[in-house]
Amino acid sequence: MKARVTVTLKSGILDPQGKAIEGALRSLGLSGVASVRQGKVFDIEIEGADRAGAEAALKAAAEKLLANTVIENYRVEVTG
Amino acid sequence: MKSAILVFPGINRECDMARALRLISGQEPAVVWHAETALPSGTDLVVLPGGFSYGDYLRCGAIAARAPIMTAVRAFTQKGGLVLAVCNGFQIACEAGLLPGVLMRNAQLRFICRDVYLRVERSDTAFTRGYNAGQVIRVPVAHGEGNYIADGETIARLEGEGRVLFRYSSPDGMVDPDWNHNGAMNAIAGIINEHGNVLGLMPHPENHVEASMGRTDGRGLFAGLVEYFRQAA
Repeated sequence: MKARVTVTLKSGILDPQGKAIEGALRSLGLSGVASVRQGKVFDIEIEGADRAGAEAALKAAAEKLLANTVIENYRVEVTG
Repeated sequence: MKSAILVFPGINRECDMARALRLISGQEPAVVWHAETALPSGTDLVVLPGGFSYGDYLRCGAIAARAPIMTAVRAFTQKGGLVLAVCNGFQIACEAGLLPGVLMRNAQLRFICRDVYLRVERSDTAFTRGYNAGQVIRVPVAHGEGNYIADGETIARLEGEGRVLFRYSSPDGMVDPDWNHNGAMNAIAGIINEHGNVLGLMPHPENHVEASMGRTDGRGLFAGLVEYFRQAA
């Protein structure tokens, strides 16, 4: 089974890397970019076919390691 | 004072830390590998040194914070044991929940490697008894992620409870954006936990303890700890 965990910064947390990327997009000529915030994607392959179990396990993984819940949110999607 | 320096893959400041502890405490510090499950018996001070543990992969200190030895460190702090967490060590301590908040990327995005001035906010702690309150010391920093961030409530608590021990300042002790190179909230350079037994700081006091290093401003932190344990014995 394939799953994707997406980790993003909570709103209000300063993201200077996102700002730098925003500036770079503008200097490439991309107009109308209001803001950029950088996140992370973890593509995880899980053995077995228990979707609910996999989701629960990945939520725990996100809470315990993949995300720092002081500053980050996460989303778990079991895709395949 | 029996100290134990934790080493994780990618840590690179353990030798500097051992040298400072050896010099000032007169005792050889133990070096403890991350995969161990127990600290040496009789340990007074656990030190989390600087470096790039696990290559800063995922987040700085994130993987080290989940290493086997950290369970023993947590129990040690719950029994009142003292922990000194420097730079990557501070990041590890925050990730391990020993200290609140998080160290994020320096606000101006550059790795900073230079001497900074720190104002010592209080002298009535085991870590700062070697200094006077308000004293300004000069110590090196070397970090890309030293920007201390916490939510409003946490910052209010830290300030209200006097748990900010070191602040980035001008040479004469003024807190001002020009002297806060990494953009840390409230120019916070070092904090202690609720019980006052865990100190995390981004700068490297261990690198300013001998005349050959140019300055000895960092001695006070270590000498104060040695004195604390001597008096407690």
